[in-house]
Amino acid sequence: MYEILEKRFLNPTVVLMRINAPKVAAKAEPGQFIILRTDSEGERIPLTIADYDRASGSVTIIAQVVGATTEKLAHMNEGDSLHDFVGPLGRATETEGLKKVAVVGGGVGCAIAYPVTKKLHELGCEVHAICGFRNKDLVILEDEFKAASSKYVLMSDDGTAGEKGLVTDALKKLIDGGEKYDRVITIGPLIMMKFVCQLTKQYEIPTVASMNPIMIDGTGMCGGCRLTVGGQTKFACVDGPEFDGHLIDFDEAMARGAMYRDFERHAHEETCNLFSKEVK
Amino acid sequence: MPNMSLVRNEMPVQAPDVRNKNFSEVALGYTEEQAIDEAKRCLNCKNKPCSTGCPVQIDIPAFIAKVAEGDFAGAYKVITQSSSLPAVCGRVCPQETQCESKCVRGIKGEPVAIGRLERFVADWHNAQPAAAVEVPAKNGHKAAVIGSGPSGLACAGDLAKKGYDVTVFEALHVAGGVLSYGIPEFRLPKSIVQKEIEGLKALGVKIETNTVVGKTVSVDELMQDEGFESVFIGSGAGLPRFMNIPGENLNGVYSANEFLTRINLMKAYKEGSSTPIKAGTKAVIVGGGNVAMDAARCAKRLGAEVYIVYRRTEAELPARAEEVEHAKEEGIIFKFLTNPVEIESTDKGWVKSIKCQQMELSEPDASGRAKPVPIEGAFIDIEADCVIMSIGTSPNPLIKSTTAGLDTQKWGGIIADEDGLTSKEGVYAGGDAVTGAATVILAMGAGKKAAAAMDKYMQSK
Repeated sequence: MYEILEKRFLNPTVVLMRINAPKVAAKAEPGQFIILRTDSEGERIPLTIADYDRASGSVTIIAQVVGATTEKLAHMNEGDSLHDFVGPLGRATETEGLKKVAVVGGGVGCAIAYPVTKKLHELGCEVHAICGFRNKDLVILEDEFKAASSKYVLMSDDGTAGEKGLVTDALKKLIDGGEKYDRVITIGPLIMMKFVCQLTKQYEIPTVASMNPIMIDGTGMCGGCRLTVGGQTKFACVDGPEFDGHLIDFDEAMARGAMYRDFERHAHEETCNLFSKEVK
Repeated sequence: MPNMSLVRNEMPVQAPDVRNKNFSEVALGYTEEQAIDEAKRCLNCKNKPCSTGCPVQIDIPAFIAKVAEGDFAGAYKVITQSSSLPAVCGRVCPQETQCESKCVRGIKGEPVAIGRLERFVADWHNAQPAAAVEVPAKNGHKAAVIGSGPSGLACAGDLAKKGYDVTVFEALHVAGGVLSYGIPEFRLPKSIVQKEIEGLKALGVKIETNTVVGKTVSVDELMQDEGFESVFIGSGAGLPRFMNIPGENLNGVYSANEFLTRINLMKAYKEGSSTPIKAGTKAVIVGGGNVAMDAARCAKRLGAEVYIVYRRTEAELPARAEEVEHAKEEGIIFKFLTNPVEIESTDKGWVKSIKCQQMELSEPDASGRAKPVPIEGAFIDIEADCVIMSIGTSPNPLIKSTTAGLDTQKWGGIIADEDGLTSKEGVYAGGDAVTGAATVILAMGAGKKAAAAMDKYMQSK
């Protein structure tokens, strides 16, 4: 069992948890993920590692409440334990030799973009962070990003936080303004990553996108997380989760991501009903 | 007086039309009377041809003689001298090509139903109140086993019986490997698998789930930092193959591994399960092995109309005859000499149909089976909203890629000698990780052989 050491909401639907998992903490690197089950009947869900502390043996995860399992997770408290927590899975972000990088995050993806931003910053790389949210209530990790980057650009769809506009607008402005990046790292909704990659392709800037598809085991066994990269089928769990953004078939990934949407919506509603009954 | 009936005792089964709507076990097992009657068909041959057909050389005539006497406890003792998982093997072993194929009674009539008797004895034992287990005295040596499938469990059991401090590392949240995630409940109830695992734990074997060796910890770390003197790699062949045809990544296309894992490990077939599954209304399974039969029969139970598409003919089906029979009885439709070339899509990115090339057989190929060749211009379209690719699996590269000095074949199998020794000192391997996808009993045999070699190695150190 894996105890929840700390829990706080970063915004109304995004929860941060620090989990006691010394074995995972000992090996974790930015870009990798874990798979958890909340209880003995739970489904397995992958979540990217948001932070880790080898000394205390803890791993931080950040989850957006989108389905039944994340809803259940958000209702767990400090002192409770997750039934299963396995990792670190996937390959770590390649950070070697990078001098100047733009990290482009969207929504809860910013949580995933944070550890690599921090690591690059610590390695002495110049990092520009562009973080986009729908509105000011959803902004997360603003202070953390500011501390780990030499330039932080906050964007919002409605202009209530930072500048109004899309992350691609901000990235284009920086590039056109003369910033020369040797890599762009993008993490967020598929549609956002698709447009970031389209933009950087025009400018021929190498770009990696972090994929978070549906998966079960996370070790290459089920193939549920497969996606097409450069015309070849890859498994996000073992070949990724990061891939060359200019080669990813985002449209296929979006279609695959919707495979169980009906089921998920229904399961989420059921779970919400359960919790509201408990409250009554 | 032997029972000279030419036919074996039938084992009661759930009726096809009933069982294809539930996940309970298909075969119901012999009664004591049936078992004794069947056991009396054994001629107790001096040269024991049946035992030579058994990968772990169970003394078959000896255990059957005990059954004939009604001494089921004695029969269990004989079997477990050679086999660690009798309740499992009695259900999933391909007896018709192993022990039963050598039975003298099979020359004129049907061979003795050895598998059914093994199953009977194991089930009889499991139904008795658990006897206190004698925990062997510890010998002070530590061994690690990677993977809790058939080879790992057999290896761990044998080492524990010799007094080793054994830890089994399992990547998933449940132990059992393919017995838990692969073989469906209706063929191998999970309670039986768990019972075997509980038995090992009672012997002192520790099982650490949620540990992916190669990620959470490496083989070298186990040996250098954690004090394991010898390691057995039984990580299986879990990597699914795809055909690399257009449309394979459409929604509704599964690997058999994913489809079966959702059902068996994650219990997606149960009402209220938190893991979804979509078997659709019309499912096409591609492949002809046991896994294809399992996937087809699961899809049927989930309510789909089910087709199995296979590029050769019925005679070449690699699945056990009994599984094919059961599948047919349950209403699964076979399309032979049919090879998928493309999966076609709806405008929403879901499977709409599967386009297949029609084939004919020509000369035997390298595998000795007649080679299927395309009939030019002959294609059929099968409508489907679910396609399950069941064309084989290969070993997972995770351990190889994180263990320096561990040699593998080009196709990924770990290179090991007769005793399971790999290219790395103290490291042994067996089961599907070495041979590629094979059977439970072969994996178990390899685990036992390796355990004997590991014992020798650790004692000589």
